[in-house]
Amino acid sequence: MQKITCESLIEKACELIENGTVSRVIGWKKGEFDYDLTPAVFANADEIKKNFIYNDFSGANFSKYLIKETRKGEGKVLVFLKPCDTYSFNQLLTEHRFDREKVYAVGIPCEGMADIAKVKAAVGDGILKITSEGDELIVENLYGDVNKVKLADVLAERCVNCKSKKHTAYDELMGEDGEILDNNRFDEVEKLENMTEDERFAFWQNELSRCIRCNACRDVCPACTCEKCVFDNPKSGVENKAIADSFEEKMFHIIRAFHVAGRCTDCGECSRVCPQNIPLHLLNRKFIKDINTFYGEYQAGEVEGSRAPLVNYTEEDIEPNDAVKREE
Amino acid sequence: MRKCSLNSLNAVFEKLANDSALYMPVDGDKGADYKKWEMGDELSSALNTNRSAKDFFFPQTENLMEFKVSGKEIEVIDTRDEKEDFVVFGVRACDAKSFDILDTVFLSEPCDSYYANRREHATIVTLACTRPSETCFCNVFGIDATKPTGDVTCWKTADDMYFEANNEKGKAFIEKIADLTEECDSKAVEEQQAKTKEILKKLPLADLKTEKFGKDKTAEFFDAPEWRELSTSCLGCGTCTYVCPTCQCYDIKDYDTGHGVIRFRCWDSCMYSEFTKMAHGNNRLSQLERFRQRFMHKLVYYPTNNDGVFGCVGCGRCLAKCPISMNIVKVMKALGGNDGE
Repeated sequence: MQKITCESLIEKACELIENGTVSRVIGWKKGEFDYDLTPAVFANADEIKKNFIYNDFSGANFSKYLIKETRKGEGKVLVFLKPCDTYSFNQLLTEHRFDREKVYAVGIPCEGMADIAKVKAAVGDGILKITSEGDELIVENLYGDVNKVKLADVLAERCVNCKSKKHTAYDELMGEDGEILDNNRFDEVEKLENMTEDERFAFWQNELSRCIRCNACRDVCPACTCEKCVFDNPKSGVENKAIADSFEEKMFHIIRAFHVAGRCTDCGECSRVCPQNIPLHLLNRKFIKDINTFYGEYQAGEVEGSRAPLVNYTEEDIEPNDAVKREE
Repeated sequence: MRKCSLNSLNAVFEKLANDSALYMPVDGDKGADYKKWEMGDELSSALNTNRSAKDFFFPQTENLMEFKVSGKEIEVIDTRDEKEDFVVFGVRACDAKSFDILDTVFLSEPCDSYYANRREHATIVTLACTRPSETCFCNVFGIDATKPTGDVTCWKTADDMYFEANNEKGKAFIEKIADLTEECDSKAVEEQQAKTKEILKKLPLADLKTEKFGKDKTAEFFDAPEWRELSTSCLGCGTCTYVCPTCQCYDIKDYDTGHGVIRFRCWDSCMYSEFTKMAHGNNRLSQLERFRQRFMHKLVYYPTNNDGVFGCVGCGRCLAKCPISMNIVKVMKALGGNDGE
């Protein structure tokens, strides 16, 4: 598959804004370094030419921004969607979270995005410049070293286990569409399932005890779109502020995982943004795996308007008692 | 100045740990974090721990007091545990400077006795940097990464660890490990400092300009049009505030246990929608206002109230951790005063 270039995206964005198809563009804005891109809304071609960037660090999923962005301004907003982003896009549409008419979606192919933490683990800190050459990243540092690292070796976890190179929604596609992939994304879940109860408890205790309740996982999550979250309500008694005890810190994440069960597309943003590097996606994947087991294969966001098994009663549904008994 | 070989550093740690709790950054599979030292733990060479060193003095959650109610009687119970002495080893220059900023807030009248208690019992042993990250910019705020403050300053070379006391507390610390260290000159340290300073000059953020910000600049920046674009993709999460070594906002709340009340304090974030919510409602309704508050506090309000001292130490944690890679450097550049803007 041809790797898409930044130039071709800039050209496309400028064309669509200049011919009036869209009035603004959601894209990645250049940062201080080559890896710290910020999601931004561009209002004209000059801004796009100056600051738009697309590279191996354009990981941010823009779907959730459409809720806010489609509520303001005249005209359509252009959004670039990688294959995995289109699942979130569809899921949000299924839940009527934004007006499809106000969006012009351009699908772009994706070869996987790099994780800067993995790059640093591989070649060290003090990075001045990162350029892409074929399937390698060339990394120059403060100390005069130039290191090469294979993109495949520094891919974000969610990209290592990429579920699909196929776009499930778009108005226009750049490059060729890919296929839904066989992947090993449930391997880690199975490892956890094979643990004893005590081991599993210890695993999550260790992971979740590091939580600082910054809520980044919730705030970035395209499935977490309540206008007012229960954890932001001072009257709820479970307001986000304190980690009162080890029970409460687990409760927050488990409640969140339950709340997005059947709606989570496994986009992996929660784990990407966690400042404490907690593998939160594993909680969601466990739910996805269970739903697949009990109700048949279901991928949230694959088809717009699909009824998720958990909100769609059929006579063949597993009895709750049988689901509980699965461990036996 | 005194030194010990790195081979005998464990003996130094053992001696210190026998005397009082000893904390230092230790590498884990998810990065470095402060940990109570035990035999076998190695001092991390990481620049930033995931969580900053402020946790030692300003923990994320702490119980302040309890109330027991029986009939019309309310009993107030002081639940604080008198802290014993402890040592925090390996604090970097940026985090060490953050203690000055926190002190200004917590130790000025009315003094926060919970914070003061922990500060009094701590000995801060800092460690000079030799391999800064591209995200480091402590020099911008006048911090010397090659000579961090603290009660004792340490320099780690290829073979030795050097120690120098900066005050009485530091001298007592040096005294404690006198048997395991030897008096030495500062030649190796000076060589290391010179070498590090050359690297510091080459840091990509080394020439970030602060002149435009500071005391009494509220009117100049409050309504700047740039805030809109800067804050447009802010998620409103609390990552920047919680990983920040100088963010010091908290909330005090009561927890009803059913047979009494626990009054606790916990970190709060100006990025949160219900931050400082009062009876009249909320004083910052949009994310733009909340975002602006955080950066104005660091760059304008804190300096205005504290003789021009900035509320940022350039540790770079927010640069590394923000989910959307928005941070104080980008804000400073966008608001002007820097080349190419």
